[in-house]
Amino acid sequence: MTSPSEPSDLVPADATYESVTADISNVVLERPVRRGWVFGLLIGLLLLNVLLVSIGWLFLMGVGTWGINVPVGWGLAIVNFVWWIGIGHAGTLISAILLLFHQKWRTSINRFAEAMTLFAVACAGLFPLLHLGRPKFFYWLVPYPATTDVWPQFRSPLVWDFFAVSTYATVSALFWYLGLVPDLATMRDRAKQRWKAQTFGVFAFGWRNSATHWEHYQKAYLLLAAIATPLVVSVHTTVSWDFSTAIVPAWHSTVFPPYFVGGAIFAGFAMVLVISIPLRQFYNLKHLVTAKHLDNMAKVMLAAGLSVSYGYLMDSWGAWYKNEPYDSYIYTNRFSGPDAAYYWALVVCNCVIPQLLWFPSVRRHPLTLFGIALVINVGMWLERLIIISLSLTRDYLPSTWSTYTPTFWDWSLYAGTFGLFVTLMFLFLRILPAISMAEMRDLVHEQHEDQRSEGRRAEGRQSSDDTQQESAS
Amino acid sequence: MTHPSAIESQSTVAGLLAEFAGPDELIAAADAVRQDGYVNTDAFCPFPIEGLARILGKKKSPLPWMVFAGGVTGGVSIYGLAWWVSAIAYPLNIGGRPLHSWPSFIPPTFEGTVLVASLAAFLSVFLLSGLPRLSHPVFEVERFKRASTDAFFLWIAADDAKFDNAATKSRLEAIGAVEIWEVSSDE
Repeated sequence: MTSPSEPSDLVPADATYESVTADISNVVLERPVRRGWVFGLLIGLLLLNVLLVSIGWLFLMGVGTWGINVPVGWGLAIVNFVWWIGIGHAGTLISAILLLFHQKWRTSINRFAEAMTLFAVACAGLFPLLHLGRPKFFYWLVPYPATTDVWPQFRSPLVWDFFAVSTYATVSALFWYLGLVPDLATMRDRAKQRWKAQTFGVFAFGWRNSATHWEHYQKAYLLLAAIATPLVVSVHTTVSWDFSTAIVPAWHSTVFPPYFVGGAIFAGFAMVLVISIPLRQFYNLKHLVTAKHLDNMAKVMLAAGLSVSYGYLMDSWGAWYKNEPYDSYIYTNRFSGPDAAYYWALVVCNCVIPQLLWFPSVRRHPLTLFGIALVINVGMWLERLIIISLSLTRDYLPSTWSTYTPTFWDWSLYAGTFGLFVTLMFLFLRILPAISMAEMRDLVHEQHEDQRSEGRRAEGRQSSDDTQQESAS
Repeated sequence: MTHPSAIESQSTVAGLLAEFAGPDELIAAADAVRQDGYVNTDAFCPFPIEGLARILGKKKSPLPWMVFAGGVTGGVSIYGLAWWVSAIAYPLNIGGRPLHSWPSFIPPTFEGTVLVASLAAFLSVFLLSGLPRLSHPVFEVERFKRASTDAFFLWIAADDAKFDNAATKSRLEAIGAVEIWEVSSDE
């Protein structure tokens, strides 16, 4: 039986400290800028401009330029916020929870998964700010002694959410940066141009790879992982409280926190796959991000998908069992109302198609996996749309029932956040080591130790065989 | 084999830097110099080696306590703030519900605990390691650049009580140093 941390699957047998370090650092230091990367960055920058124009237009016109109106006050902006923040869960989950569980396969994916988290949280954070209507007053959420003597309402989930998301962004950034420091020192030492060495050196704070540095570093890294683990779970829980503490039909449900967290892991791992599959392809990192990694991520995705499906089931069962007419009507409306197509598309995307992941051949086939991951991201977006905006179209007052149609500016803002995400991701890949080199060297070291102890065992067997033969003769 | 450092030879010696062939050799050497009674030592390796700092006789890292202190500070502050704002500074009577509604203060308290504990963890690493410090005598050795890829070094500072340039050098050679550099202090 092979254990999940079987080292031979994670690093090639002939890997050395130099080879893993060179493979990763050369992407940044040696590799010339290729046309594909420039093209990708240009697409990112183009969409980033769409974002800026959309924000500018919004500031000019106000939130009325979006498709929101009573009773649907929370439209695409909130849907996209929840979707992006959900995607942002995989990074810290991979870094923190998998570290605590000694899952060695996290090593080659944690760095860019964490980067993805930061960029996704940056995209997510834009939406509630823009949705404020008067974004210039966003700082009113901060408890500070204002001359108005007014303070934030600490009993409101919206204030909790502000604390949760800003803490999550900060802690994810600290965790990511701490992990980067030894690698920045490696980049400093390997850079050929002086300005590069100086820049990396300054950001590495003069890290010397000293035993005492490592001692403090490891303690801090482990503690940060332990602290970040409940944090990951808390963030989407808090986001779900924005809904479940309200009395809106279909929102007021205790199943929300666990199933939001499940959905976040689902969407997050899907996004990590969407990024890692092209990354390993184009940057020749297939021996570091192996089929084993894809397989493991697919398994996590499958498990999260099942928990999400269970959430959908319990959600509708709860509504039926409560026997509360408006609440159960929401579900009738979801299953067969004017927007039923979205619901069934969601079921296909999130519940049916991921079942393909039961097959090992699918889990190890990058292109199929890439397709499934994209489908899951679409499905998770539909889930948020259905829960947030479409639930609001049927509230307790039938006279206000309406439909919800996003406008052009809703969509352009959403497309624009992809520009921010893609631009940051492409810059990250060229400027920083996308895989943790220090941790890869540690894996190589462990592999050497394993090989040696196996060698010793083999020798031991040999010698005991010899003695047996001798005693037999 | 010894090299004079890149810096002028009349400058004072900061210490000796010795390279060892691999992680096990480094651990053995660290153990040996510790047995000899050297205190002002350090080791450099491209990945964390479990317990190397302890083998060199360094004290246990106090970092967990700093993180704990940070967490307590953060949690108590936010809870205190939430209570003070809701019960004293800006009381809102909503249907006679209690002003000190502690269950709703728990989420921000949790976030505050995590935030300050994490900041403490991050800052403590650099505080305890004496960083940021961009220049250090060991950086003068060209070969030291490999410490972040595949080279393993042991450092004995000249201000160690037991330090004697020639004797320490021959001791390092005896315990298997591949190469030894005499490093000058940058002053």
